[in-house]
Amino acid sequence: MYSDKVMDHFTNPRNVGEIENASGIGEVGNASCGDIMRIYLKIEDNIIKDIKFKTFGCGAAIATSSMVTELVKGKTVEEALEVTNKAVAEALDGLPPIKMHCSNLAADALHAAIKDYQERESRRAS
Amino acid sequence: MQRIYLDHSATTPVRPEVAEIMMEYMTNKFGNPSSVHSFGREAKEALENARSQVAALIKAQPEEITFTSGGTEADNLAIIGTALKYADKGKHIITSAVEHHAVLHACEHLEKMGFDLTVLPVDEYGIVRMDDLRQAIRDDTILITIMHANNEVGSIQPVAEIGRLAKEKGILFHTDAVQSLGKIPVDVEEMNADLLTGSGHKIYGPKGIGFLYIRKGVHLSPLVFGGAQEKKIRPGTENMPGIVGLGKAVELAGQEMDSEMPRMTQLRDKLIKGILERIPDVRLNGHPTLRVPTNVNVSFEYVEGESLLLSLDMKGIAASSGSACTSGSLDPSHVLLAMGICKEVAHGSVRMTLGRDNTGEQIDYVLDVLPEIVQRLRDMSPLYQKSRKECEGCTRTK
Ligand SMILES: Cc1ncc(COP(=O)(O)O)c(C=O)c1O
Ligand SMILES: [Zn+2]
Repeated sequence: MYSDKVMDHFTNPRNVGEIENASGIGEVGNASCGDIMRIYLKIEDNIIKDIKFKTFGCGAAIATSSMVTELVKGKTVEEALEVTNKAVAEALDGLPPIKMHCSNLAADALHAAIKDYQERESRRAS
Repeated sequence: MQRIYLDHSATTPVRPEVAEIMMEYMTNKFGNPSSVHSFGREAKEALENARSQVAALIKAQPEEITFTSGGTEADNLAIIGTALKYADKGKHIITSAVEHHAVLHACEHLEKMGFDLTVLPVDEYGIVRMDDLRQAIRDDTILITIMHANNEVGSIQPVAEIGRLAKEKGILFHTDAVQSLGKIPVDVEEMNADLLTGSGHKIYGPKGIGFLYIRKGVHLSPLVFGGAQEKKIRPGTENMPGIVGLGKAVELAGQEMDSEMPRMTQLRDKLIKGILERIPDVRLNGHPTLRVPTNVNVSFEYVEGESLLLSLDMKGIAASSGSACTSGSLDPSHVLLAMGICKEVAHGSVRMTLGRDNTGEQIDYVLDVLPEIVQRLRDMSPLYQKSRKECEGCTRTK
């Protein structure tokens, strides 16, 4: 059902955990639908220096969370905003069709975390 | 790596004795039971022998057994067949919220056709309350269909009481015994069942074969039309390999029930006790004792079922889950939700169903690896905090 890459990221997820004093935190999904993803960002000079995730969900939910952290670590905020859910799925050599909607939300969680970061920045600036 | 199969409620391997007789009826004894010649006669004899084997296990008469393509077809035939036949007597059907989809969806189809449907709620163990049933019965109720044992949580319904009430009120009673057959005694007289469903592949027989018990004097409309096979209730050239395989499987299950039932119960309770002792924040789903000897269903809070199944699979352990991600829909198991278990906890459910091939050592192995698996996923879960809160969504207390 899952590609080898999905299974690899499920078995050895990259960047699991939390970041203290994160620059931004984003969360999508809810427990009643079966998938929750939370992303923590450490951003310095517009670069994603560190990224961690915590996910409650199926194999696809965990693997996409792990993959999105790999895709954007070290990238600029603008580059990270261009990463889509579809791109995450492709980087994992695809997901089963049924998982494309329910569990492929990692880029949304990343974007939510960036939005949180940008809001904090603009509050600080004003 | 050793592989441990704990999904016997999904399906079972065909026993060698069963495979052997099936092979015989695919090759040497390939005749059509409707033919007059010796090839046909030997097939016909085997057909009737299998019918007697099935009847003997459930204390029925051979002529009360109709072979079908499985449990699903038998459920549909029982429900839609009687509804169509008795529609002029009434249009009301009663079922329960925890039925297999073969029953629920057949009932919902009838509802669309203009029948009235009452879906009874269940208690926290997944068991129908007799008071609810009594209140649901109307003058125009023609059929009560409530399963014997549940496929997800193993809960056993009070079928004898239900059957007695149905008989008293002159209402037909159908029960889906797919998950109880061969595991606990199934007796159509004791249950007062008018119709009863069984399936081959849950009892070490082949897939694609099952039967419907139809009490003498109960009539139903066929759902398919064709030749005169199975008294025209279920036409089509008989699936002879399947039928002789089912007959053999049923016979063996009957012979071994007295020894397997206590062995399974012991393994089941060892597994349940071990899990509850070794892992915090776990709930047993279903009744502690009113459950089939082969069923274990637990919810691990803060983790999701599919990721548990994948992790177990990597350790060679095959189980199943009621989580949405394994059901093919967005909602978790309708059975767990009907029991008042909130979605969060239903998503973390795992079903482990035992069978003939399981041993105490295998259970020890499962109990060894399970705590690490659950902890790894909990450490990844944003829901899992050191200061854990009770899930407020659940109507059930721990
Ligand atoms: C309670 C119950 N009823 C009916 C069925 C369907 O039986 P079959 O697979 O033979 O169609 C099953 C099997 O999943 C079952 O567990
Ligand atoms: Zn999912």
